[in-house]
Amino acid sequence: MNLALLNPEIALVVLALFVFALDLVWSNKRGIGYVTIAGLAGVAALVAGQFGLNTTSFSGALIVDNFAVFFNLLFLGAAALVVLAALQYGEQFLHWRGEFYGVLLFATFGMMFMASSGDLIAIYVALETASISLYVLAGFRKHDPASGEAALKYLLLGALASAVLLYGMALLYGLTGSTNLAAIGQQIAGQAGQPVTLLAMTLVICGLGFKVAAVPFQMWAPDVYQGAPTPVTAFLSVASKASGFAVLLRLTTSALGPLQSDWQAIFTALAVVTMTVGNLAAIPQHNIKRLMGYSSIAMAGYLLVGMAALAAGGAPSILLFLAAYTVTNLGAFAAIIAFSNATGSDEIDDYSGLASRSPLLALGFGFCLFSLIGIPPLAGFFGKFYVFAEAVNRGLIWLAVVALLNSAVSVFYYLRVVKVMYLNPARDTSPVNVPPSLAVALAVTAIGVVVVGVGIGPIMDTAVAAAQVLR
Amino acid sequence: MLTLTLNHFLVLGAILFCVGLYGALAKGHAVAVLMGIELMLNSVNITLVGFARFLAPDQLLGQVFAVFVITAAAAEAAVGLAIVLVVYRQRRTVNVEEVDLLKW
Repeated sequence: MNLALLNPEIALVVLALFVFALDLVWSNKRGIGYVTIAGLAGVAALVAGQFGLNTTSFSGALIVDNFAVFFNLLFLGAAALVVLAALQYGEQFLHWRGEFYGVLLFATFGMMFMASSGDLIAIYVALETASISLYVLAGFRKHDPASGEAALKYLLLGALASAVLLYGMALLYGLTGSTNLAAIGQQIAGQAGQPVTLLAMTLVICGLGFKVAAVPFQMWAPDVYQGAPTPVTAFLSVASKASGFAVLLRLTTSALGPLQSDWQAIFTALAVVTMTVGNLAAIPQHNIKRLMGYSSIAMAGYLLVGMAALAAGGAPSILLFLAAYTVTNLGAFAAIIAFSNATGSDEIDDYSGLASRSPLLALGFGFCLFSLIGIPPLAGFFGKFYVFAEAVNRGLIWLAVVALLNSAVSVFYYLRVVKVMYLNPARDTSPVNVPPSLAVALAVTAIGVVVVGVGIGPIMDTAVAAAQVLR
Repeated sequence: MLTLTLNHFLVLGAILFCVGLYGALAKGHAVAVLMGIELMLNSVNITLVGFARFLAPDQLLGQVFAVFVITAAAAEAAVGLAIVLVVYRQRRTVNVEEVDLLKW
């Protein structure tokens, strides 16, 4: 047992408690936000120091490897950007900011453990820590019926998914007599082909499919994305999805490794329906947050293509996609927050003529939308390129073709937003005022979208190093 | 005289899980849905404890797992009821069929 390995997690909990305490005595809520961001940077430094460590502790329940470091940095970066975007999210939209930052930190804490757990019990507890915090965050605007409704739907469906996941875990434990992922992986080979083994695996994948919003477990996503406070939507769409894929990657490569042909079939089917439903349902949307909800479902579909193509060494493309998607989506949400701050609207029609009202905001948002489409040399292009290339390498050419067709469909609804911003005449010509912290968040992500795209080499190397530990 | 075997526990767990799943999906009242979910979690606990008792009586792994499930379920229920209360104050109803401001 090596407690020092837990330093980043311990520091994060201390930070969260400190933020709660600070909230009681300090009325400068923006100051608390800056403290949170500084603290997150400190924790990220501790995590980065663990790169290359590759060790386990607590009887294998805690895994500190490059894979965990990669995901933890992703979660911490996303949390910091969300706090930055929430700093000047309109006073009318968000009260109790100190508590908001604190709960957000607890959600991040749960996600960090999701990426570094090597044991079913630890995975479950980490997942619940993250989920329960996210239920609270979704309902944070407690005087807004839409926010309450989002929280209720998220809670009921999330708890249902946890129960399904747990039943699968209980069966896995019964089949193998262990909750340790590596030990399960050794035992389960002898049980392959039995119906109950397939049932356990299917239940676990269903439960986690909910977390990543894969069809047919996606019904919560558009509603929750629309109703939750926008910074929370941003966090849900990137960090929550990434944490779900972190667990899926660990489970499938270590615990369910011998069943590869079985889960590959499940992921292939999920990928096809998820991409198609997400993209087609996004077309008629008129609320930008709802559109992003369906867009995130489609992204889960592309990631599932990566899961279906997951062979030895196939994971880096998924990690790269997640990193590119995180930067891009956070930028898009920073722009959405800036717009709704100034106008109080999330309707796409109200974005008319944004390019003439606030050229930089429209440009930043446009960058992110082009990255979501996958235009080279932006980050999103390389994310999609490597995932689809992996599918082709694995002989799943038809799946790559379906993914490409879906990508083509997605061009329509992303470009429609760009068209509204640039070509439609503005109904209201007053400039959209972007507060400094949101401008910083948008600038950081827009630059990130370009840098990740242009400087893809080192990031790919990191992703390869991170995925090396998965066999 | 009937002796209890692992199968009894597993069958009971499976039946309870299905009953809970049916309740969670078919009931309209949010609290009833939560009760259905609790039933599912408890069926998991029965399964876990049954496995632990019959497969590895010298280890406490299954029981420990069940204790964690109970703890997490309590936290989930606390947050869940708080959210139900908030929604009731906003809408004067917690029937999931009627909570339809956002398209379901």
